Amino acid sequence: MSKVLVIAEHDGTNLNGSTARAVSCASDLGLDAIDVVVLAADGSAVAEQAAKISGVTNVLLVQNPANENAVAAFLAPQIEALAADYSHVLAPSTTFGKDLMPRVAAHLGRPQISDIMRVESSHVFDRPVYAGNAIATVEAPEGLVIGTVRTASYKAAANEGSASVETRSVEVTLPTHTRFVELASGGGGDRPDLQAASKVVSGGRGVGSEENFKHIYSLADKLGAGVGASRAAVDAGFIPNDHQVGQTGKIIAPDLYMAFGISGAIQHLAGIKDAGTIVAINKDADAPIFEVADYGLVADLFEVIEELEKAL
Amino acid sequence: MKILVGVKRVIDFNVRVQVKSDGSGVVKDGVKMSMNPFDEIAVEEALRIKEAGNAEEVIVATIGPKACQEQLRTALAMGADRAIHVQTDEEVQPLTGARIFKALADKEQPKIILLGKQAIDDDNNQTAQMLGALSHWPQATFASEVKIEGETATVIREVDAGLETLSVDLPAVISVDLRLNEPRYVKLPDIMKAKRKPLETMSIEDLGVEHVAEVKVLKTVAPAKRQAGIKVDSVAELVTALKEKGLI
Ligand SMILES: Cc1cc2nc3c(=O)[nH]c(=O)nc-3n(C[C@H](O)[C@H](O)[C@H](O)COP(=O)(O)OP(=O)(O)OC[C@H]3O[C@@H](n4cnc5c(N)ncnc54)[C@H](O)[C@@H]3O)c2cc1C
Ligand SMILES: Cc1cc2nc3c(=O)[nH]c(=O)nc-3n(C[C@H](O)[C@H](O)[C@H](O)COP(=O)(O)OP(=O)(O)OC[C@H]3O[C@@H](n4cnc5c(N)ncnc54)[C@H](O)[C@@H]3O)c2cc1C
Repeated sequence: MSKVLVIAEHDGTNLNGSTARAVSCASDLGLDAIDVVVLAADGSAVAEQAAKISGVTNVLLVQNPANENAVAAFLAPQIEALAADYSHVLAPSTTFGKDLMPRVAAHLGRPQISDIMRVESSHVFDRPVYAGNAIATVEAPEGLVIGTVRTASYKAAANEGSASVETRSVEVTLPTHTRFVELASGGGGDRPDLQAASKVVSGGRGVGSEENFKHIYSLADKLGAGVGASRAAVDAGFIPNDHQVGQTGKIIAPDLYMAFGISGAIQHLAGIKDAGTIVAINKDADAPIFEVADYGLVADLFEVIEELEKAL
Repeated sequence: MKILVGVKRVIDFNVRVQVKSDGSGVVKDGVKMSMNPFDEIAVEEALRIKEAGNAEEVIVATIGPKACQEQLRTALAMGADRAIHVQTDEEVQPLTGARIFKALADKEQPKIILLGKQAIDDDNNQTAQMLGALSHWPQATFASEVKIEGETATVIREVDAGLETLSVDLPAVISVDLRLNEPRYVKLPDIMKAKRKPLETMSIEDLGVEHVAEVKVLKTVAPAKRQAGIKVDSVAELVTALKEKGLI
């Protein structure tokens, strides 16, 4: 029997939306069962949420005080112990999965397929390379497949399941060489999570300052949108790092992406290729962002935001 | 204390990569090659740790064909003390790369290994974590701040939820993110000096590393292109279009 194990991403209270997207990818494998493992200190609430994802067979709940925070060096040995029962182990390609899965793969002596964007067969996958400027079809060697799922390529599985939750104890010795100190969140406030938002308003260097970003926030709030940024805007300190969109930031797929004062470097475009509709506002008519924008407007971004807010 | 740094030769980040029409890969002939931008940051960080008196020697290493020595020389010109070139003409995947770095670490006994968070060609983002696993060392990935105090490193990591701080015992593997530092410019006299710095060459076999089961690349194609859209002349026109699509 071939089964896939999906590693749940969560913050101890809420299941992260990337998990249901990874389950969609797992469904495409067409195997006999999809199990989701919740590694947590106290994870019954998260496990209940995971059990509702359509297509999930079993939820494994592995509780250990060391799982209070997602530290790869602690989680990896527990996943390795569970992997023996599976043909595939997948996690979302978020910073959580990117940090964790190669550690699991290497311990098990397996290569990893990063950023799966399409399943061709049990061992053949498409993945982006060169910031998405090329798509490689790769074949994993026979045996256990370890992979991360490019979440922007998958819609979240529905929320209509009723899997059983099973508590599992995993006996492994955990290392003592790593200590979690703290997590300082970027302060997106109540705005929708960038990776799940159906609308995103994004600002670049053209916004000019941290102070000016209030216009971006205000428009985003009017639209109920998440807030994104280019690397240049983050580097300049206009906005915290967790808002960066692109090859080295977040890869997103909202229905609507509005870019203000962003030139459209390849590294930025890598993060928005799957957006439904792209709107670009830039005062430079030759900015490369217009090559991918569905609607482009050559204008001053501040004037446009003001007019937009009035029109909405 | 020694620091070992990975330096990968990749297509320069400014190049618009072209996919070959026969699906065999991307065009590399005559294309500008550079050090992976993340690795420049790793080299810079190693030099700063040394300059702060927390390390004695910075060793840079690359795995790849002869031409990679160009990037090693750049790293030496930045200020690294010596270089190791593990020469191979074959494509080296992260698991093999991590095994090679493990063998180099066994030989050199560094207290810190600094790698880029990802190489901008294959974007795998795997090597540092795999090396951490194989060595049973702690890993601190996506670093935007590194503080060394005695036998521990305190690392701030850029994660989706914000900034996470980990404290790890040395030896440790650290993978660096873009905001860790701004690499220094190399001056001409340093380039001359770098030519005389030691550069040792060895093969994968010399290190006793065997090839493991690898991922096969079946084909490489250009991505589906987004259709270029239209320019609108006013905010009113934009609002109408978005309303028609039900987006606002
Ligand atoms: C290895 C590597 C990885 C990278 N990863 C990322 C990544 O993940 N994400 C990312 O975004 N970048 C990334 N970059 C950086 C990328 O190459 C660009 O430097 C960056 O995206 C530029 O940001 P920008 O468009 O905001 O700034 P700029 O390129 O400076 O563009 C600013 C734009 O604002 C316009 N403008 C200015 N004022 C106004 C105004 N009043 N009204 C309207 N328009 C105005 C200008 O015309 C200009 O087009 C990476 C680079 C490297 C080397
Ligand atoms: C189209 C295509 C698709 C591919 N798909 C896969 C795949 O899905 N899975 C897979 O395992 N392999 C794949 N490969 C293999 C690939 O050949 C890479 O060379 C190899 O995986 C290294 O990956 P990376 O550089 O992206 O590693 P990363 O883990 O992204 O590199 C991180 C850091 O490790 C260090 N490093 C890595 N390589 C070297 C080096 N040679 N010398 C010095 N330092 C180094 C650097 O510090 C670098 O910044 C693919 C190759 C191609 C051409």
